[in-house]
Amino acid sequence: MDVLVCLKRVPLAGGTLILTPDSRDIETKHLGFGISPHEENAVEAGVQLVEQMGGTLTLLTLGPSDAEEQLRSQLAIGATRAVLLETDGQEWDPQGTAAALVDAINAEETKFDLIIFGAESADSAGYQIHIRVAHALNRPIITNVKSMKVENGVAVCDRVVAAGREHYEVALPAIVTVRDGLNIPRYPSVPGRMQARKKPVDMKKAEARVPKLEKVNLALAPSKSTGAEILGNGVDAVPALVEVLKKIGTF
Amino acid sequence: MILVLVDHDRGELDQLSLRALTAARKLGQDVEAVVVGKEAASLAAIVGEYGAKVLHVAAHANITDYTPMATGRALKDLVEKLKPAAVLAAGSPRGNEQLAHLAAFLDLPMAAECSEITLGNPHHVLRARWAGNLIESANVHADLLIASVLAFSTEPESANSGAATVSEFEPSLEPQDYAVKVLSRDAGESKGGVTLTDAKVIVSGGRGVGGPEGFGQIEELATLLGGTVGCSRVVTSSGWRPHAEQVGQTGTKVAPDLYIAAGISGAMQHIAGMKNSKTIVVINTDPEAPILGYADYAIIGDLHQVLPALTSAIRQAKG
Ligand SMILES: Cc1cc2nc3c(=O)[nH]c(=O)nc-3n(C[C@H](O)[C@H](O)[C@H](O)COP(=O)(O)OP(=O)(O)OC[C@H]3O[C@@H](n4cnc5c(N)ncnc54)[C@H](O)[C@@H]3O)c2cc1C
Ligand SMILES: Nc1ncnc2c1ncn2[C@@H]1O[C@H](COP(=O)(O)O)[C@@H](O)[C@H]1O
Repeated sequence: MDVLVCLKRVPLAGGTLILTPDSRDIETKHLGFGISPHEENAVEAGVQLVEQMGGTLTLLTLGPSDAEEQLRSQLAIGATRAVLLETDGQEWDPQGTAAALVDAINAEETKFDLIIFGAESADSAGYQIHIRVAHALNRPIITNVKSMKVENGVAVCDRVVAAGREHYEVALPAIVTVRDGLNIPRYPSVPGRMQARKKPVDMKKAEARVPKLEKVNLALAPSKSTGAEILGNGVDAVPALVEVLKKIGTF
Repeated sequence: MILVLVDHDRGELDQLSLRALTAARKLGQDVEAVVVGKEAASLAAIVGEYGAKVLHVAAHANITDYTPMATGRALKDLVEKLKPAAVLAAGSPRGNEQLAHLAAFLDLPMAAECSEITLGNPHHVLRARWAGNLIESANVHADLLIASVLAFSTEPESANSGAATVSEFEPSLEPQDYAVKVLSRDAGESKGGVTLTDAKVIVSGGRGVGGPEGFGQIEELATLLGGTVGCSRVVTSSGWRPHAEQVGQTGTKVAPDLYIAAGISGAMQHIAGMKNSKTIVVINTDPEAPILGYADYAIIGDLHQVLPALTSAIRQAKG
């Protein structure tokens, strides 16, 4: 079974965001980088499939050359090899990104049985690159998958909706997009990290296209917060909280 | 004309679609709606009330339940016939997915999660990024604008108009359009108790709870208040609690009357999932924790002492 996972390097921002002076990006000087939780689940799913069924797991990303860091860290948990489509560091629009991923997938000798994406990217959240790739490759796609099994060449997938769980099945080759909670991604082991340094990462240059969804700039969302009223310290503050809960009608 | 994809689940209206209809009306053109699946023709009254003059109903023997690629094809057929200025849908997982299929069929750009739309050449949108923490201003270079409407950015407003005229059509489906569809459905993990999205009270625990055992105190308080348990991502990725309880960007978005956050720092991805709660109470040892900036009330202290004291004080107060 040959599996491909598509992932994107994103800043690991948890607290307050700061914009660059031109307001086109977030300031990343003091931030680390990673990939979206959904994509961590995608890699873990790929590793598990290859462990169970044999085969290879390839990683594919389009981004700056620094994205090698994210590829190596995911190679460390068990992927076989990686391909980096190198940009000049500018973020591409979804159509341009999808087209470059499609070209790269078509250029591969391996005809992947399963291609796994995250449900949406953590930073730009366009909700579309995977669907565009599916159309271009003429492959069926199941999105937002929360549990997945592959049996006899069929991907058996569930997704969670308000009313419960929906069940889907599709014959391979296919594309699946997965959500956080699909599995618990493992941490890389020390030997895993050592091996990852030696695993092949193919670097290819990618030519940018004129974006059709053209980012002009970014702004911080206004925050409505005024800050909390501090009721006090430790158990001494409990009676005050009980009064608050009574006042707002909790009980 | 603006065409709005109205989503439904086996004939039951998706409420977010009313917001998309309202947003469409604000663009100052006629609005028409489309549903996929014959069983949704009954939505003509409500869709009309919210301003759509016509309800197009895509009916086909192979559309028997949710089939996102078939929606994309049906929208494409309709766009080619009606030549609308824009196609909108709700910014929900399903709305985004079905529009993305349309955009892929037509090889046109799509702007997801828009809070503001201005038609023009190019079209201009404001769209949410980073779980709504950033707003992107973007130009969309295409004749047809394909965009989803950010949930909760527009309040649904009735136009007090009569039922839409129903116009049924059969989309020109190819077999691959219905290769992926819902085969069956079950109640899933919901154990019949209060679910996160319905709960009036959520008691949520983070890394500060320290381990799976610590959630006993959280559960006890949640039960006492008739609510349910939530948690942060650190908790689910450590395997302390099931993912179904995770609140936030990649978990569930909630808006209860009362949200108690114990041992949660308030990363923006967590805030994104609970900031619409009516009252937010924080229990945290750190007076500088970012979550205090979003909370209404806070106790600075160790949750392992505060929670049991709170539970017994509430028991006493209840008598
Ligand atoms: C793309 C993306 C999506 C994400 N999605 C989500 C999501 O959906 N939901 C989510 O929650 N996170 C999400 N995260 C992760 C998020 O960035 C944070 O890592 C996470 O929310 C932190 O969890 P925490 O607050 O429990 O832990 P920490 O940040 O470690 O905070 C622990 C808090 O507990 C306090 N504390 C410690 N001991 C005690 C004690 N004894 N009593 C009281 N307080 C104590 C500390 O002061 C601290 O404030 C996402 C991240 C990314 C990159
Ligand atoms: N630059 C990229 N390189 C490789 N894969 C990507 C890239 N951007 C997005 N993806 C994949 O496409 C998914 C959806 O992205 P998006 O359409 O931006 O929400 C992500 O979760 C990734 O799996």
